[in-house]
Amino acid sequence: MDDSKTKTDQWISNTTRNTARLRYWTFCWVATLALATFGPRFIWDFAALPTMLGVLLNLSIGFGMIIANKQYLQGLDEMQRKIFLDACAVTLGAGLVCGLSYELLEDIKLISYQPEISHLIIVMCLVFLTTTIIANRRYR
Amino acid sequence: MKNRLKVLRAERDWTQAQLADELQVSRQTVNAIEKGKFDPSLPLAFKAARLFGLSIEAIFQDEAES
Repeated sequence: MDDSKTKTDQWISNTTRNTARLRYWTFCWVATLALATFGPRFIWDFAALPTMLGVLLNLSIGFGMIIANKQYLQGLDEMQRKIFLDACAVTLGAGLVCGLSYELLEDIKLISYQPEISHLIIVMCLVFLTTTIIANRRYR
Repeated sequence: MKNRLKVLRAERDWTQAQLADELQVSRQTVNAIEKGKFDPSLPLAFKAARLFGLSIEAIFQDEAES
């Protein structure tokens, strides 16, 4: 049992490390997104070079976050992974269906404003959160 | 799929957390398997079988057969 305990401690520490890594990359991505969004307006007055660097930095950190997310997923046990992937599948479907319908609303003049990508992101986040909570309750 | 995981665990006086440690999964996963809400993968079923020194069929039974 001691040998298994060591492996378990390693598994738990891996999961903790993966979670911390994902949190770190997500924080950095949000910070660089804020920099790329507000920097041109408030810091460097839309100068082309810093704006391009800001966007490139945000993209690079974004890819880092994707890799961290993949490592986090690989570190989960099989049921947690199933819950996560099921939630991803529902979120992807909801994002596609709602996104296209939302875009259509403007095309057919049912709404007067331009559809915002941020609205779609909010919907996708809420769908992911809801499906994760429901799945966790189902397996409780 | 039915299983005898809860009985086997009780025979050894283990908690769900201890069994989860042995199988290197979360306690929530052990609980879901015991309640038949989640079917483990073949590698996890083999790991459980090795742990209890039994065959997979002695732990997990297809509900259609029983």
